[in-house]
Amino acid sequence: MPAARVTLIRIFYALALLLAVLVLNFSLMHLAPGDVADTISQSMGGADAEVLERIRIDYGLDQPFLVQLGRYIGNVLHFDLGYSFFYNQSVTSLILERLPATLLLVISAQVLALVVGVVLGVVSARRPNGMLSHFVTFLALFGYSAPVFWTGILLLIAFSLKIPLFPVAGMQDITVTGGFFAHAWDILRHLVLPMITLASIFLALYSRLARATMMEVLGSDYVRTAKAKGLSQRDVVYKHALKNALSPVITLAGLQFSAVVSGAVLVETVFSWPGLGTLAFQSIIARDTPTILGILFFSALVVIVGNLLTDFALRLVDPRLGGRR
Amino acid sequence: MTEPLLKVENLRIELKLRDGVAPVIDDLSFELMPGESLSFVGESGCGKSMTALAIMGLLPEGIGRIASGKLIFDGEDLTTASEARLRQIRGNEISMIFQEPMTSLNPVITVGEQIAEVLRTHQGLSRKAAWDQAAELLDAVRIPNPRSRVSDYPFQMSGGQRQRVMIAIALACKPKILIADEPTTALDVTVQAQIFDLLRDLRAQTGTSIIMITHDMGAVAEMAERMIVMYAGRKAEIGPVDQIIDHARHPYTQGLISCVPHIMSDLTETREELTEVPGIVPSLREFGRDQCLFASRCKYRSGECLQHRPPAKGFGNGQISDCWHAEAL
Amino acid sequence: MSDTPVIPEEPIQKARHPFVEAWEMFRRNHAAVVALAVLVLIILGAIFGPILYATDPFEMVWAPFSPPGVDGYLLGTDYLGRDMMAMVLNGARVSLLIGLAAAVVSVVIGVTVGALAGFYRGLVEEVLMRITEFFQVLPTLLFSMVVVALFKTSLPMITFAIGVVSWTAVARITRSEFLRIRELEYVTASRASGVKNLRLMFKVILPNALPPIIVQSALMVGSAILFEAGLSFLGLTDPNIVSWGQIIGSNRQYILDASFTVTIPGLAIFVTVLAISLVGDGLNDALNPKLRQR
Repeated sequence: MPAARVTLIRIFYALALLLAVLVLNFSLMHLAPGDVADTISQSMGGADAEVLERIRIDYGLDQPFLVQLGRYIGNVLHFDLGYSFFYNQSVTSLILERLPATLLLVISAQVLALVVGVVLGVVSARRPNGMLSHFVTFLALFGYSAPVFWTGILLLIAFSLKIPLFPVAGMQDITVTGGFFAHAWDILRHLVLPMITLASIFLALYSRLARATMMEVLGSDYVRTAKAKGLSQRDVVYKHALKNALSPVITLAGLQFSAVVSGAVLVETVFSWPGLGTLAFQSIIARDTPTILGILFFSALVVIVGNLLTDFALRLVDPRLGGRR
Repeated sequence: MTEPLLKVENLRIELKLRDGVAPVIDDLSFELMPGESLSFVGESGCGKSMTALAIMGLLPEGIGRIASGKLIFDGEDLTTASEARLRQIRGNEISMIFQEPMTSLNPVITVGEQIAEVLRTHQGLSRKAAWDQAAELLDAVRIPNPRSRVSDYPFQMSGGQRQRVMIAIALACKPKILIADEPTTALDVTVQAQIFDLLRDLRAQTGTSIIMITHDMGAVAEMAERMIVMYAGRKAEIGPVDQIIDHARHPYTQGLISCVPHIMSDLTETREELTEVPGIVPSLREFGRDQCLFASRCKYRSGECLQHRPPAKGFGNGQISDCWHAEAL
Repeated sequence: MSDTPVIPEEPIQKARHPFVEAWEMFRRNHAAVVALAVLVLIILGAIFGPILYATDPFEMVWAPFSPPGVDGYLLGTDYLGRDMMAMVLNGARVSLLIGLAAAVVSVVIGVTVGALAGFYRGLVEEVLMRITEFFQVLPTLLFSMVVVALFKTSLPMITFAIGVVSWTAVARITRSEFLRIRELEYVTASRASGVKNLRLMFKVILPNALPPIIVQSALMVGSAILFEAGLSFLGLTDPNIVSWGQIIGSNRQYILDASFTVTIPGLAIFVTVLAISLVGDGLNDALNPKLRQR
């Protein structure tokens, strides 16, 4: 079946891309001054040249570049991303600890931005010169032009400090007791501000595109046909027009995943959200090479998976993309 | 004498321009009898499509509107009808098919569903009944393997097939009037002939009146019983097709007919020179003036033509021409 | 009665220079015109501000957290008692400079990649497109963070780090324009008269591909400014210079007491990028031929 085949090709392609990311990042770290030996010696409180040499040999850092690269890739295939001397745990476990928090933030922000963006875009397309449409334009300009960390800080000041509606930092309140729902609610409360902050950038893009696409679609020949058939307004707008307007917006959402991840790094910093972003920052300052590599790899993974999901969603919406038959 | 199905009285349609309004249709009156086939002919921009859109109540919002006049369909004035009533009529009692079959169907909805939804909306059929009927309609418009093609998407069909689907949608609820706006202009010549055959046969079966809009005199000769020749938003001539082709009474009509060789001569005769009508159509801004708008291109023009709008002159056989010199032609 | 009919003449429109026409279209977008004025003001402020207002941004001039207006400091003082006005003015220079430079780097890389891919097709296109996709998938901020932190926190390095990950949008646009234009007849005509490839690309196709590239380049300056602000917010910038993002980052812990230290530089970034976006919109109106028929 062609649909399955297309999916397989995409997955294979994604894996190849991941490999490329791995190789590039490894090479980059290799080029940078300093290496794991330095980190180890730091945590030991300093070491002289001889000890450094020994550490290097022990960890295979004196081997030729390609050998090191090969070893690293081999390890990755076994899900072994190395060991962090800074945090004293395996990189894989370190990342897996933090990944859910980042995923939660990234996915909820994208979904929020998409849903609200499409709704705003569709409604303002009906009245392009109305109040709502101008509001959408204004919102779009603000969300896009304001630096995301500034938006986050402003929201913090307004809804956390001045009006204590939401918690100031973190993902959970450790003093919360109770079962699953109590904890879920707690996390949700912490999630609101960071999620809105991250979504604000993309809400701008999606609502503008949704409005433009919807206006184009509403003026199309097939919508004219739908009207000529005497269908109700609701059918014309939601059944005939909307379905066609969704494709470009979903495509754009897919393309934005890497920007969303980048934005997440800044948002996590502002709200002390315990995800990969804060981990990334700390490990970069500490020059913890294996962790940095692991994070770069994982964030590329998140983006690639996001792209795949978007592809999949697109094929559901638009039958022309070879999903059916 | 039977009542006309559609009676258009002094219709005036205005289009909003950047600096004012222009009467894209200026005082048009005509009648359509039940089961009749009427054709609107004229060059691009003469307002024929606007008339059709006005009848359907589909003039582009904010840009076009019916300024005055009446559209009496089956005793009811459509110009005063509510939007809900118009929606009841569209696709149900009056249907329309458009010029571009490639873009007139929704690309992400199956062909069957696009037919079925009309049946469900207007006739209250169940999903299954509507779907089955859709397949039958595809058969009626001569699409092979209708039962399997009913779940196809438009991109899986050719232009000719899509136009047939449009016809199936339009005739699904057995409307009293079918308006066809340049239905074959975008199709190959061989496909054109098939579509015309189809329309003729369906009309014979169902007795639907057809209003066909076209700029192709050849199509008119094939399909229509009566024709209205439009020029610059006004009626130039109206009457039975064979009478007009035999003896046109308006210089513009004469020009149009003489542009189409095969209407007048048959293969054995020596070919006549094709005459051209010099000049160009007036721009929208010049519509509505109190003079004959064709005068600048007309070889018979005289003083009156430039001073006053020509009156309608009847010729007894159902032919009416709006020209100062109609009798002399 | 004359025999020959008078054919009404179409009034002949005098052709105007494309720049004039573009400016006319631009002018119709009021928001863009205002934005352009604001942008010019900001640029002038960045160039002449630090000269006219000569206070050293690093110098501690007063007690920390003096609110704006009080004590004679128009924008107040930061957590170290430094003059906010001086910091904002000097920061303007850095932000605008890096924004522009990084955008130039992006555009140069992007146009080159896109042009080669769109023109040569085949294997060249495949390889270049794979590379583009690779950079699209790379999380840009993280990558730049790594580059800056691990190598050197200098302005050229930051410019390079931003430019080298931001070119993909320009490449995509350039490639699609080249693909479109190279099929047009005047290109085929040029090729038939023996014009060499390189010349064809740069003298024939590229000038016609410029409008969307120009619009995108304008927007890229805005996004480069935001990018640099993000990096400096995180502290990954040259410690010897002042930058708007850096002001926000260093005063972040004190928002409870002195939120103005954060809101003011943020506002500066916002207004600048907003102005650039609106000008970009106006450019789009001015250069996009589809909209000319209005």
